[in-house]
Amino acid sequence: MKLDLLEVLGIRRAEGVHPPGRKGASEAAIERAPIPERVVLPLCQHIGAPANPIVKSGDQVLVGQVVAEAVGACSAPIHAPISGEVKPATTVINPTSGIPIGAIVIEGDGQDTWIDMQPADPEALTPDEVIARIARAGIVGLGGAAFPTHMKVNRPPGSSSIDALLVNGAECEPYITSDDRLMREKPDRILAGVGILMKLLDVKKAFIGIEDNKPKAIERMRQEIGAADLPGDVRVMPLSARYPMGAEKTMIKAVLGVEVPEGKFPTDIGVVVQNVATLAAVADAVIDGRPLVERVVTVAGIVAHPRNLISRFGASASLLIEQCGGMPAKADSIVFGGPMMGIAQASADAPLVKSTNCVLVKAADTRVEHGCIRCGRCIQRCPMGLMPLMFVNHVKKSMTEDLANYHIMNCVECGACTYDCPANIPIVSYIKLGKNRLRALAGRNS
Amino acid sequence: MSNHPLTLSSAPHVHGKTSIARDMILVIGALLLPSAGAVYFFGLYALLMLAVGVLSCVLVEWVAKKMRRQPFHMDGSAIVTGLLFVLVLPPRTPLWIVVVGSIFCIGIAKEAFGGLGNNIFNPALAGRAFVSVSFAGALNRWVAPTTSWLADAVTTATPLGEGFATTMTKPELYQALFLGNVGGSVGETSALLILIGGAILLAFGLIKWHVPVFYIATVFLLSWIMGQDPVFHILAGGLMLGAFFMATDYVTSPLTTRGKIIFAVGAGILVVLIRLLGNMPEGVAYSILVMNAFTPLIDRYARPRPLGVVRAKRGANKGGA
Repeated sequence: MKLDLLEVLGIRRAEGVHPPGRKGASEAAIERAPIPERVVLPLCQHIGAPANPIVKSGDQVLVGQVVAEAVGACSAPIHAPISGEVKPATTVINPTSGIPIGAIVIEGDGQDTWIDMQPADPEALTPDEVIARIARAGIVGLGGAAFPTHMKVNRPPGSSSIDALLVNGAECEPYITSDDRLMREKPDRILAGVGILMKLLDVKKAFIGIEDNKPKAIERMRQEIGAADLPGDVRVMPLSARYPMGAEKTMIKAVLGVEVPEGKFPTDIGVVVQNVATLAAVADAVIDGRPLVERVVTVAGIVAHPRNLISRFGASASLLIEQCGGMPAKADSIVFGGPMMGIAQASADAPLVKSTNCVLVKAADTRVEHGCIRCGRCIQRCPMGLMPLMFVNHVKKSMTEDLANYHIMNCVECGACTYDCPANIPIVSYIKLGKNRLRALAGRNS
Repeated sequence: MSNHPLTLSSAPHVHGKTSIARDMILVIGALLLPSAGAVYFFGLYALLMLAVGVLSCVLVEWVAKKMRRQPFHMDGSAIVTGLLFVLVLPPRTPLWIVVVGSIFCIGIAKEAFGGLGNNIFNPALAGRAFVSVSFAGALNRWVAPTTSWLADAVTTATPLGEGFATTMTKPELYQALFLGNVGGSVGETSALLILIGGAILLAFGLIKWHVPVFYIATVFLLSWIMGQDPVFHILAGGLMLGAFFMATDYVTSPLTTRGKIIFAVGAGILVVLIRLLGNMPEGVAYSILVMNAFTPLIDRYARPRPLGVVRAKRGANKGGA
């Protein structure tokens, strides 16, 4: 961690927090998890409309076969991660939201028979064909947000031009090492994805932002850039390890020195941000015609052997945890994602979905909430320049309209405020509640 | 394994080292220096005052919480208030005044407003103001520092008081003021001990340097402009204690750095105006109390700039809280 003189002197806000990295799995090479005997596939593993199931109970499916198709533009299809027989549909708690949702169940035949993939030469594809291949492969942002990737890279005539591709390899959440390992083990795949998107977006500059607590990943990516044939200038940008460096807008500010205007998207200022794992998946889809049916997931926390596993989607958390030594007696919390923004799961049966970059096993951190003492740490830490305590005050007092005056919708829910709150106020929970109330109010008024 | 009971909690699932109790313990630790100075300069009676003040504040908080049917947490904030209240009292304050003042500090200034985090005025200073208007006579007996423990003390004028005369040369006076070997409230005479205590607060990141620096610098510059001895004005009276321990109170001072600077400059101006133009010898307590009242207003305007928001020239932030 570099010390910034202006921050030490208190002239500039020391934004963000420094939770202990606990990246114990960073030296564990990526390994393949056993192929699950049964998978459960929630129909919404992305931001946007849930996918529509096109298989029925009793159907035989192959690995990579579409089992639910995208509905509308902002959606993504879901593919069978194992070959076997479709079982009666069920309802599960969506691990990304906690909301019940329909799910397809597939019972494996143990064969792992794949569909015929259609490889292609990316040089020979038109932009529309590239986008179609990405969309058909069901690729979504694998860094956690799960925004359909084809939406981000589709720039129809008339939309603002893109100047830079920003590759997110920050991996700022503690414990998670899946992107770190991917950058060290498959930098060629990531750069192939970078090249495809640079051509597609017609950009000449790409920046790969990596937190400086991953020196090996930085070095490996730099080596590989030197060896690769890329359609422009690709540069690795080491970033200070400060949570939430990997948050899109924080990273754009850190790498490019520009701010995304309030209420706008990075594309509005000519920047497309893609996670490294997403780019590797893009390369798989465009070059090999391979649909997204698996990903690297870090299993960490208080398990005996933290590992980075390639697992098919729909595998239960318990299957992955068993691969790492099982659930320790003192563990009573399973989180999908990192400890700062991850979602605690109600059951060890929770299925791995596209955005699950980490299965974190830990003892629950329960605290007593006290009253705010106005210490102002939340304001100091907020990467978005907000006043989190004001959201808590106004939510408690049901002063919903005032939430907008304090820009509550700008909050990215990174949890930096809550991490450092001496009163243990679950600020992020209040903010989520406040956003919902404000949306409901806006709905009533419109 | 599917039967392994799981606890659901909202993100983040980890927490930093901060806690209210940790903050308060550090403040208490920093306050032990001026407290020790109080005992050194004004004898064991000062220790008795400190003990009575702290105990009554904690007790009053416990009673108030019971009356309000709220849980009592020993978070240390009442101890801080008790220490600060006694440190700004004259050295031979009768113990019953310490008790009555503590009741006002915690019972009225803090708990009646809703307890920690909700009080508008700094509880210790509100208590100090209350006892000085209520028991003016009993509180006007200032004594010189004594090395003989518990002995009868010699009445003296405080450096800022009327009739203060000294045969000391300027460097000698500055040295006495810096070390604390002068008359005054029990805990505010030694600038040195307060500075060390303040350095502890700064080192642990509990306070920002902006408040003490802007507060003291404003007093220095303004008293200089008004033809006074600026070094004397920043060393005498309660300015150092107020700047490091009172004006930095989280609850009653503005939230943002910009707001804190406005607060500190305003308090600094008030100190000089009260000292030089008012009919009171000292103005630190009132300067902070007056600025406490401005805090909600300052908070409304001194807001951080949200990322991606371009600040409009005028009429921005309209609406407000």
